[in-house]
Amino acid sequence: MTSYALFLGCTIPARQPNYELSARKTLGKLGIELVDLDNMTCCAPPPVQSINFETSLAIAAYNICLAEEADLNLVTLCSGCFESLAMTNSMLKDDEELKAKINKILSQAGKEFQGDKEVKHFLQVLMDDVGLERLKQNVSKPLNNLKIAAFYGCHALRPSELLKLDDPERPRILESLIEALGAESVEYRNKLKCCGGLLRGYSDDLALNLAREKLENTSKAGADCIATLCPFCFVALDIGQIQVRAKFNKSYDIPILHYSELLAFALGIDPKELALEIHKIKTDKILSKIF
Amino acid sequence: MEQVQEEKSTNMAFSKVITSRLGGKTITLCYQCGTCASSCPVAKITPRFNPREVIKLSLLGAEKEVLSGDSIWLCCSCYNCQERCPQKVEIADVIYALRNIAFKKGYSPNIYLEFASALLNNGRIVKISQFVENKRPTLGLPPLKPTGVEALRKILSATGFDKLRLKEESQ
Repeated sequence: MTSYALFLGCTIPARQPNYELSARKTLGKLGIELVDLDNMTCCAPPPVQSINFETSLAIAAYNICLAEEADLNLVTLCSGCFESLAMTNSMLKDDEELKAKINKILSQAGKEFQGDKEVKHFLQVLMDDVGLERLKQNVSKPLNNLKIAAFYGCHALRPSELLKLDDPERPRILESLIEALGAESVEYRNKLKCCGGLLRGYSDDLALNLAREKLENTSKAGADCIATLCPFCFVALDIGQIQVRAKFNKSYDIPILHYSELLAFALGIDPKELALEIHKIKTDKILSKIF
Repeated sequence: MEQVQEEKSTNMAFSKVITSRLGGKTITLCYQCGTCASSCPVAKITPRFNPREVIKLSLLGAEKEVLSGDSIWLCCSCYNCQERCPQKVEIADVIYALRNIAFKKGYSPNIYLEFASALLNNGRIVKISQFVENKRPTLGLPPLKPTGVEALRKILSATGFDKLRLKEESQ
């Protein structure tokens, strides 16, 4: 059995049990064991990088050290955590001087970064450890009638030189994983553009403008729902959709589902076990097309 | 002439501060082509942010204008500009370097001050409430493992993060 240390982060346990439940159940069903480690912390995502970059690298490296000590590779669900941890892992592996500098900080907490483990996004575990063929074989409720708009967000893909998940301008991994469930992956305008999530709280106006554009373009393409990978994209487009409605007087009513939730449906996991009530934009019309 | 000399040394000084910081070292490679601005989703919808402009002003030494304005905080960190820059300027990282300098000088938006205190106090920038934690078993989720707050504080102290101008803890 393949095992990973699960890096859960903050936003998912605080606000999105729908993501955590679907990820745990689907990986379990596909033979991937998740191990929860003691003493993990914030991953030190862009807001912390904005305050002090060096501190954010040290915090990310500290968390990687915990996985190294447990002799496990790490998997993240949140793209913010992925960016922070995978970027740090690559930077420190490639730069001895930086590694020494960060290790000096880590020594205060009794840790030393070795650089012998991988940090993977949930998608990569599905692609690399399960594979499309085995995934297809496990689908019991194919999503044949669904048109899904794949949305990568930013931090699963970029900075691509450090994250190495897929081509940053023409990625295919999410589309392939959507098609493996029997659904159609629909193309839409400005697919790779940001959801505005990180501007929420600093400039809600600009954030909602970006969210509206995403909703507009996916709706025009005839998508039944948008598949997300990141809790911030989810908030920007789900709760954001209610705010867009209030601000621009325009209703889209397009459900936002994490890819893991769509995968759970296709694997025949009971939707009642998935905390779908978290969704502000109700998922009923998606469920009625599948079950 | 004297004034020109003085300005020149100021310009150099700010560039030096930026290039000496993590993320800032590539700023001097910029030749102002504007690929960043045309790739920027924020610049498309507001005149308040333009990455090319931020870099130009920084290289010209307009330290106060760059650090005290809200422009640098409007980058959405999408890294589109950085991916496409023909000069390999790490633009998003340069913006982080500028934010780091701004934060140190006390030009820090409230929401970032809140992030900083939350990190220091809870080990997380998003707090997990007791209510949510108690609800986990009913949802079929395993209990949360303890957070490494103590280790994190040691790291924050070693980097001087805890000495940054932080907001009083309100909770």
